[in-house]
Amino acid sequence: MDITVNILLTIATAATPLLIAAIGELVVERSGVLNLGVEGMMIMGAVGGFGAGYLTGSPWIGLLAAIALGAVFSLLFAVMTLSLATNQVATGLSLTLLGLGLSGMMGTSFVGQPGARLPNLDIPGLTAMPVIGRLLFGQDPIFYISIALTAAVMWFLFKTRTGLTLRSIGDSHTSAHALGIKVIRYRYLAVIFGGACAGLAGGHLSLVYTPQWVENMTAGRGWIALALVVFASWRPWRVLAGAYIFGAVWIGQLHAQAFGIPVPSQLLSSLPYLATIVVLVLISRNKRLTMMNTPASLGQPFVPDR
Amino acid sequence: MKKLLIALMAAAAALSLAATAEAQEKLKACWVYTGPIGDFGYSYQHDQGRLDVEKALGDKVETAYLENVSEGPDADRAFERLAREGCKIIFGTSFGFMDPEVKVAKKFPDVMFEHATGYKTAENLGIYNARFYEGRYILGQIAAKQSKSGVAGYIVSFPIPEVVMGINSFMLGAQSIKPDFKAKIVWINSWFDPGKEADAAKALFDQGADIIVQHTDSTAPLQVAEERGLQGFGQSSDMIKFAPKAQLTSIVDDWGPYYIGRVKAALDGTWKPGNVWLGIKDGAVKMAPYTNMPDDVKAMAEATEKKIVEGWNPFTGPIAKQDGTPWLKEGEVADDPTLLGMNFYVKGVDDKLPQ
Repeated sequence: MDITVNILLTIATAATPLLIAAIGELVVERSGVLNLGVEGMMIMGAVGGFGAGYLTGSPWIGLLAAIALGAVFSLLFAVMTLSLATNQVATGLSLTLLGLGLSGMMGTSFVGQPGARLPNLDIPGLTAMPVIGRLLFGQDPIFYISIALTAAVMWFLFKTRTGLTLRSIGDSHTSAHALGIKVIRYRYLAVIFGGACAGLAGGHLSLVYTPQWVENMTAGRGWIALALVVFASWRPWRVLAGAYIFGAVWIGQLHAQAFGIPVPSQLLSSLPYLATIVVLVLISRNKRLTMMNTPASLGQPFVPDR
Repeated sequence: MKKLLIALMAAAAALSLAATAEAQEKLKACWVYTGPIGDFGYSYQHDQGRLDVEKALGDKVETAYLENVSEGPDADRAFERLAREGCKIIFGTSFGFMDPEVKVAKKFPDVMFEHATGYKTAENLGIYNARFYEGRYILGQIAAKQSKSGVAGYIVSFPIPEVVMGINSFMLGAQSIKPDFKAKIVWINSWFDPGKEADAAKALFDQGADIIVQHTDSTAPLQVAEERGLQGFGQSSDMIKFAPKAQLTSIVDDWGPYYIGRVKAALDGTWKPGNVWLGIKDGAVKMAPYTNMPDDVKAMAEATEKKIVEGWNPFTGPIAKQDGTPWLKEGEVADDPTLLGMNFYVKGVDDKLPQ
């Protein structure tokens, strides 16, 4: 029983950063903006979170710094693409490159230093319960934030008026503009929210997952998050499912290897990607629904006439 | 106007001449790393070697490096760029740079090339390597002594000879203490991904291993060991700060002396392509202090280290291959080419080698 609990906990840790970054990007894309800079914002969050935690000794300050740094970094993207109407794909890619380089430079003095780890939740009486205790009440704080965030984004997008407005902007920014909606302002807020989420995901890496700073420590997780959003056809609960399937298959294949199952390890390593894509494509196979959920003006620059 | 232009051009030409003259006085030595220098592991240690060169040779040299260069055809451009930028001696520090370096070395016959951990040479391309397997034998012995479950977890990157050799040496060391010692092996197909390394360590611990060994570059597996109150070994650097209670020792790469010697030779004009394989006795492979273990285990590790310094090779027969067929006879020592091309397991390894 203990091993099952341990495996589930490991899966949750592996899935959490993907989920948070993807949920943030989902909101950005629902507003019609494609930000390919997730990896860059994430690594900035990772270095900021580690740095602040290391310098102040408080991982909680690190957590806030990760969020703040991701948000500030995304502001750069927002100014370029929204106010100056630059190409979103090119700007997003450069944001990733800039983030990887800049974080490496900022983090030079943090290399080889052990940092502060965010403590796991510990509720007397509840956490000690067998099996469900550690799963429900004994995980790291960012895990709970990630679940709450998914629920909140679902509610916001589909149950609130502001969410409806945001989605309408993503579908047709010209119509929304004609209706008097402040397209650019909404998009700014969406991009900054996405940046804050990516920063938080990066903070999870350097404050919980592997409490240390090393260059490139995101190792492509930003790109996986981006892919999750598309394959989940822009639906929050599917992003959650995708992140957890990815995590589960990844951890599962490690166990299969450790167990000595004679399957080539290269094949096993590619399984998480394959499985996630197959499952998400299967649940999104209804063409009409998928069309409905795809933000129609995704990636197109918008210049309001004055 | 025309006069002004000509004057400007002349000035520019003079400046650039002066610049080349200065560059020629200083020897430019360059490095290519596959990881970031901030990995606190393999590439970090090579870069420490570069800094040692700067310290030792001062203003006689100028150094430069490229980090995060992916292995394979892409590396061609990295080496070519450095050669064009005036590097006189170039060190490629990863196995996957072998073919690109051979190719670029042909194009630039005046530039001296050095490649780590490979086996192809040329008239202006020498190779160097460190006998990490010597250290891994000691790790195996310590693991067998320290483990209660009799199972170690072994995290590995890619099935290249260097890694296979390490697994074999570790197992030979462990079997010399406990003949039925087991290692569970997990390939993560990456040299450097802290998250994946941590996940692999957790999976291995969950399946009953109580000692973690890695042939990947980050401190993540040791941190997991520390959290779980289990033990393990560092890699490339001394990682004791990350795992004060968990690290038993670490194989530390010290490239400084070798790099200083080679760059000096390049300065004196005595450089020739070499083929060296440095071990514990040359100081290129160092064992971090033996910690978190009883005195008798420490004494055993030190004795083995001494034996290796005196010339004993862990790959000394009798050794059988994984399927039981004999490989080395009693007292027979494996030769270097066989080790450098190693693509089979020794008896007792519980894994199928990915091909």
